[in-house]
Amino acid sequence: MPMKMKRALGAISATALAALWSVPAAAAWTLNLRQGVTELSHDIYNLHMLIFWICVAIAVTVFSVMIYSIATFRKSKGAVSASFSHNTTAEVVWTLIPVMILVAMAIPAARTLVKIEDTSGSELTIKVTGYQWKWQYDYVDEGVSYFSTLAQASNEARQLDSGVDVYRVENYLLDVDNPLVVPVNTKVRVLVTAADVLHAWWVPDFGMKKDAIPGYINELWFKAEKVGTYRGQCAELCGRDHGFMPVVVRVVEQAEYDSWLAGQKAARQAAAAPAAQTAAATTNNETTTVLVANAE
Amino acid sequence: MSASQTHGHAAAHDHHDDHGPAKGILRWLTTTNHKDIGTMYLVFSLVMFFIGGAMALVIRAELFMPGMQLVDPGFFNTMTTVHALIMVFGAVMPATVGLANWMIPLQIGAPDMALPRMNNLSFWLLVAAFSLLILSLFMPGGGPAAGWTLYPPLVLQTGDAFPLAIFAIHLAGASSIMGAINIIVTIMNLRAPGMSLMKMPLFTWTWLITAYLLIAVMPVFAGAVTMLLTDHFFHTTFFAAAGGGDPVLYQHIFWFFGHPEVYIMILPAFGLVSEIIPTFSRKKLFGYDAMVYATASIAFLSFIVWAHHMFTVGMPLAGEMFFMLSTMLIAVPTGVKVFNWTATMWRGSLTFEPPMLFALAFLFLFTIGGFSGLMMAIAPVDFQYHDTYFIVAHFHYVLVPGAVFAIMAGVYYWMPKWTGHMYDVKLANIHFWLSAISVNVLFFPQHFLGLAGMPRRIPDYSTQFADWNMVSSVGAFGFGLSQLLFVYIIIKCARGGARASDNVWEGAYNHGLEWTVPSPAPYHTFEDAPVVK
Repeated sequence: MPMKMKRALGAISATALAALWSVPAAAAWTLNLRQGVTELSHDIYNLHMLIFWICVAIAVTVFSVMIYSIATFRKSKGAVSASFSHNTTAEVVWTLIPVMILVAMAIPAARTLVKIEDTSGSELTIKVTGYQWKWQYDYVDEGVSYFSTLAQASNEARQLDSGVDVYRVENYLLDVDNPLVVPVNTKVRVLVTAADVLHAWWVPDFGMKKDAIPGYINELWFKAEKVGTYRGQCAELCGRDHGFMPVVVRVVEQAEYDSWLAGQKAARQAAAAPAAQTAAATTNNETTTVLVANAE
Repeated sequence: MSASQTHGHAAAHDHHDDHGPAKGILRWLTTTNHKDIGTMYLVFSLVMFFIGGAMALVIRAELFMPGMQLVDPGFFNTMTTVHALIMVFGAVMPATVGLANWMIPLQIGAPDMALPRMNNLSFWLLVAAFSLLILSLFMPGGGPAAGWTLYPPLVLQTGDAFPLAIFAIHLAGASSIMGAINIIVTIMNLRAPGMSLMKMPLFTWTWLITAYLLIAVMPVFAGAVTMLLTDHFFHTTFFAAAGGGDPVLYQHIFWFFGHPEVYIMILPAFGLVSEIIPTFSRKKLFGYDAMVYATASIAFLSFIVWAHHMFTVGMPLAGEMFFMLSTMLIAVPTGVKVFNWTATMWRGSLTFEPPMLFALAFLFLFTIGGFSGLMMAIAPVDFQYHDTYFIVAHFHYVLVPGAVFAIMAGVYYWMPKWTGHMYDVKLANIHFWLSAISVNVLFFPQHFLGLAGMPRRIPDYSTQFADWNMVSSVGAFGFGLSQLLFVYIIIKCARGGARASDNVWEGAYNHGLEWTVPSPAPYHTFEDAPVVK
């Protein structure tokens, strides 16, 4: 029995430790939150790590006492039980110490929370509307608006028994036809709402997620510090194809953003011309379909 | 707590004119005996555990690899929804009610539950409720698929299954309320002379507090789903923005029920662990009074933390701040409990029979779930964790190696008292080790998936999440299959085995009165009230 216990405890802790530290070789075996590319995502990551290590410290302390008790105070080793059943000092101490730890956690948490909710001073406002099952992006001051849906390749591959090897599909389920495009180092305010059911707009690299609710306009902000393409997903169950409405944001240099926006506006004007119903605008080798106002 | 010396012992042995149960199926349909009803609740919850578990395996089989191989995404959503409803309302809650039915009268020296006919009704309502829910799977448009939280507007898109699911919840809720009333009335009125409240075994105590939680929040949930029903059929717009209603209102009402609900599932588990650890440590529970007060504090706090389930809903800053801080506070009484269990083992004389093994696994693994819970309380980081597999990992850690392991510990603890036979300890040990290892393989990787950015409730995922999903699915099948052993052990024990002594466990001397009656416990016990000195 004692050997069995020891072996088992060993097995449990070995599994946990192995899971935590020994397999970072392959990139896919991701273990931790990503640091992201915004000030908020860095703050959130740091807070996450702070709380994590506090939990680890408490766990090591508490689990050590438990394991020591299990290993030492065994009847098989002739342990005779003591008769004490309370100790006021100990009980006061282990009530007060957690309170102090919690206060220490609450201070940085509150500070970050205040920052997250401060959308003032934004330089660009985009309205995001969730639909079953796509996103609509509205550049509210620019008159540019379009839908963003799951990329064709992913959509074909994800059908039941499609026979497509999903590993051959680039960014499987995390790719869209028309990504959101924003300039780097710009404070972007995102207004989030929904047209049918609840959705949630989430880009992990920006650190933020907000529910999209019919009848509500929620706010979040981000200021991406690095050019790149960032991918996320709808994070609130919204029906059958909830898993198939990704969020893709391209963060580009200001100049590239300006020319992209100009292209969008030009395409929009062309589309509004009597003959044409839709028009395609090509920017940076990427075809973007612009919807006509009356088609929205 | 020193309830060991009683006058009831001899009386129970010498009482030979017991009228036994009726014969055949009628016994089970009409019984008002707390032991029969307790057994039916436990068997029912075990059946539901397997039905809900089968659904979990459908989910894990589809998630074994990226790409859609087995089921339609709509059916996948039905599986996640009904798996949760069955496990919460059909497996975990009835299991603890079953233990309460069997053990509370035995622990406090009562002859039966105070309201035996209502007891029968509350069980059979539960059967009706889950028949309806399972029937709803076969309705045109498929079963309920909006998640167990039934958030509008999505839930209003449910097909013909909608009214069946709502009525199933109404019936299950009515059953729970009746069960709760019965437990409160029994504890308040039928305690043996001398069994003061502060002498009651912890399991009875935690159930008393749980019963008050049930009475407080079950009607709230019933109200919320009734509003869904009228929104769907009678053109009200409680939750429809287009008609001046508010979809977020539903979430507030739901979680005002939903958060106390999670304590409804875990407080009886705390009680079970508080019985078992002292027994196998051969030492009194450390800080009995503090345990009672901590349970009451947790119950109180559970009413003022609900919106931490909805940090991303767009609350004002002040609201987020309040719910973050109140949620963090729960760590204090929960910490007190963990420290007290640890202090109970300190300088004890420990042995490791199956109930103790499950209780110890609970102690470690529930604490891990507590840590992830604390992390999620921090609102800014919850903006990342919310609705990801990190949350799935958290609540499965507190519910499976938490509540379910505690229930299994309770079953292994009292089964010899129920059947009069000692179960196959060797098999029970194997069941423990298989379960304890596979449950971690199943749920630990889900922390990583959530942190890496995998949302919950998705039937398919990007290839970057493939590795840990495969590990998790392997764990799921391991865990599911291990539970077949549990059933085998129970059946084998019910049929026969070595005779169990009245006191069953050598350390079980200073707890409830259940150890003063013979094993198996006679059909009627404590017809003359024992006196607790």
